[in-house]
Amino acid sequence: MTNQTEVKQNKSVVANAFNNGLNWVDERFPLTSNIKAHLTEYYAPKNFNFWYYFGSLSLLVLVLQILTGIFLTMHYKPDAELAFGSVEYIMRDVPWGWLIRYMHSTGASMFFVVVYLHMFRGIIYGSYRNPRELIWLFGVGIFLCLMGEAFFGYLLPWGQMSYWGAQVIVNLFSAIPFVGPDVSEWLRGDYLVSDATLNRFFAFHVIALPFVLVGLVAAHIIALHEVGSNNPDGVEIKKLKDKVTGIPLDGIPFHPYYTVKDIVGTVVFLIVFSTIIFFAPEMGGYFLEANNFVPANPLVTPAHIAPVWYFTPYYSILRAVPPFPGVSLLSIPPSLFPGVAAMGLSVMVFALLPWLDKSPVKSIRYRGTLYKKWLAAFVVSFIVLGYLGTEPANVWGQFGAWLGNADRATVVARAFTIIYFAFFILMPWYTKKDKTLPVPERVTG
Amino acid sequence: MAENRNDKNQKSAHKNLGNNQNSGVNLEKRKFLIASSAVGTLGCVAVAVPFVKSMTPSERAKAAGAPVEVDISKIAPGTMMTVEWRGKPVWIINRTSEMIAELAKHDDQLTDPKCDVTSQQPSYCKNTDRSIKPNLAVVVGICTHLGCSPTAKLQAKGDMGDTWSGGFFCPCHGSKFDLAGRVFKGSPAPINLVVPPHKYLTENTLLIGVDTEEKA
Amino acid sequence: MNNLIKKTLLVLAFSASAILPQWANANEGAHLDKAPVDASNHESLQRGARTFVNNCLNCHSANYMRYNRLLDIGLTEKQIKDNLMFAGEKIGDPMKVAINKVDAKKWFGVAPPDLSVEVRARGADWVYSYMRGFYRDETSATGWGNCVFDPVSCKVSMPHVLYELQGEQAINHETHELTLAKPGKLSAAEYDTLVGDLTNFLAYMAEPAKQQRNHMGWFVLLFLGVLLVLTYKLKKAYWKDIH
Repeated sequence: MTNQTEVKQNKSVVANAFNNGLNWVDERFPLTSNIKAHLTEYYAPKNFNFWYYFGSLSLLVLVLQILTGIFLTMHYKPDAELAFGSVEYIMRDVPWGWLIRYMHSTGASMFFVVVYLHMFRGIIYGSYRNPRELIWLFGVGIFLCLMGEAFFGYLLPWGQMSYWGAQVIVNLFSAIPFVGPDVSEWLRGDYLVSDATLNRFFAFHVIALPFVLVGLVAAHIIALHEVGSNNPDGVEIKKLKDKVTGIPLDGIPFHPYYTVKDIVGTVVFLIVFSTIIFFAPEMGGYFLEANNFVPANPLVTPAHIAPVWYFTPYYSILRAVPPFPGVSLLSIPPSLFPGVAAMGLSVMVFALLPWLDKSPVKSIRYRGTLYKKWLAAFVVSFIVLGYLGTEPANVWGQFGAWLGNADRATVVARAFTIIYFAFFILMPWYTKKDKTLPVPERVTG
Repeated sequence: MAENRNDKNQKSAHKNLGNNQNSGVNLEKRKFLIASSAVGTLGCVAVAVPFVKSMTPSERAKAAGAPVEVDISKIAPGTMMTVEWRGKPVWIINRTSEMIAELAKHDDQLTDPKCDVTSQQPSYCKNTDRSIKPNLAVVVGICTHLGCSPTAKLQAKGDMGDTWSGGFFCPCHGSKFDLAGRVFKGSPAPINLVVPPHKYLTENTLLIGVDTEEKA
Repeated sequence: MNNLIKKTLLVLAFSASAILPQWANANEGAHLDKAPVDASNHESLQRGARTFVNNCLNCHSANYMRYNRLLDIGLTEKQIKDNLMFAGEKIGDPMKVAINKVDAKKWFGVAPPDLSVEVRARGADWVYSYMRGFYRDETSATGWGNCVFDPVSCKVSMPHVLYELQGEQAINHETHELTLAKPGKLSAAEYDTLVGDLTNFLAYMAEPAKQQRNHMGWFVLLFLGVLLVLTYKLKKAYWKDIH
């Protein structure tokens, strides 16, 4: 009996000390109020489904990339003479270096996997629509940063694919009218991709872009928590609140409900992640390319070069758009600019979604078949373009003379490029014309 | 602590959902909360291990710091040679019998004459002359004060004064050591110089960096 | 909604099946034989290491591979020092070669590449087929041709170093089929085993941590499986009252 009282007393002593400490901090820093605003009293719709795991997973991968990246910079040498060797040094001589490196290389690809799925969620449930346009724009910014991170980071192992990938992408800037060649030379800091290029790409990869990335992620989340999360029904839960407490009727506190749920998602993700790291880190050449185990050689281009899989849809678009033939009369030279511009647009166009979508409903659940068909066409074209980007243009052989012996793959890529852009350009029309279903008052679970 | 907060949140959440909580469910939550936290923490610790270990010396560092073989046949009595081991100077001093005799005479002036600080020499060198072979001293030439390398003053007297019986003098802060690397009282250096692990492969070859007991 | 997920997954599965057969075979063209790679077969790895050190390590370096890593494949320090290393090298040294890159370029037209990660660049099957693909070609500078190295021209800069063991092969220029014209010291089967062991070693050397990695993977997955069950139950316990 006495013992129990003692235990109770001890407990209350600990609790008191904790509360006093918390008060001390709260008088100086808004800790409790922030925890409340972003976790325990942030009310999220209770009907999140499978697609809603990928936001928190993106954050997880960001943290993993930063963490593993810090440890890799302890051993990596951004020097054209030493870079390739220093990666192998990490893989062999550094205790557990192979694990950290594989986490980072797999993390790069998995980042795009979860971000693509996260973006797709945004598209199908209309998460970019009013009042969430800024969240979406920050998100597009994150996506661009991520592409930059991936591109700069890919040069660092200084293998053949690193080298020639950077060479090709930097040369794309040469296609910009008038200033192009100067721009690409400025980017490289040399007449070819060289030590100078490697050194600056390293700076961008490990410090410049991560800063921007983290800042944008913070903005993305702050904006989200300002307006509240969308949900698979695309209804605003803030419209119907409990009259006494003022809490949305369909809202539940993010913590503990979504923290425990996201932890399950995290574990499932880690299972996939670990399976790749421990059993297939090269992922059949898609995550780590075979040619990148050959040191960079400025004199020999590998027979088949392709970007890493997450860039291939845009790369396909680049290849699909025919070059400008030039006008000899006005002495305008031929130019690759149309393809380069199309590639840039294919990425940037996502930013326009909030203003292209004129549908009265947000979620795909209440859209008509017209929209669903267009979306399906877009998804298929994204995947087919992505596949074709990994293959040489002659992968499917040629058409006969009736089509000028054109590469089949190129013709298909052109068709799907048109569909890709049509999905965006025609969106104001087909979303307005689409026969939508009535949206319920409350979420449907 | 975290649990405390959770409980509070549960209550507020359930209030607004209009649900009544029975204690059985609460227990279930607690059970899995504790189990998941325990296993999760274990996982985090396990993941931290490779990261921490990645900062320990790599295979390259280990290869560079591998044991060094030295031919000691050329060191005349009363002289010394310096070799590099793990980036540090290691002195090998061939002491004359007079020098060895001197070592036993000034115990009262030394901080640790009996070499009781075990970290400063392998157990097989815990003796007056701090060596395997009485004439050959093997000492890491780094002052235990702030890491300077002391200057050899092997001969007695000379510019070190009439009481000097031979040893080392650190130019940085004036620490004095005898010919076994033991520090004299009054020096800024707190303890004796380090004797590295070493062994004799043959009469004239010394291997620095490997213990006598250790099997190669 | 579930329908949409199913459809998406179906599309994904479909596209995956279109891609899978194409998976990263850097060497389209030449037919490659399957290399007998087995990282757990230490005897084969040890034989391969010997063949590598005696025949390849004169021109090709393995700059990222340290001799003492061979302890992993069951060799002792003494065996490595006595059988595989030159005098004056230390057990922790990488497998360097004395050959001068400029000289080598003069002799062969190209400097012999470092072989540390060759198998990761070309694949084990390629190495296995390549080392068995040399044939006598009097028209070439080295006297040898190899259609694995270059399926179009069948030219190769490296002479057939193991020809005393394999003998000389002749090629049918129509079918690219090889026949043994002059037998060597080893029978065809013995030579295949020798090259198989060598390939096995090169595959091991390309990623020495691979076995440890695969082994660890099972423990990690087992652990995550347990964690999944616990966190799922935790989630269920919390979500009981959400309707």
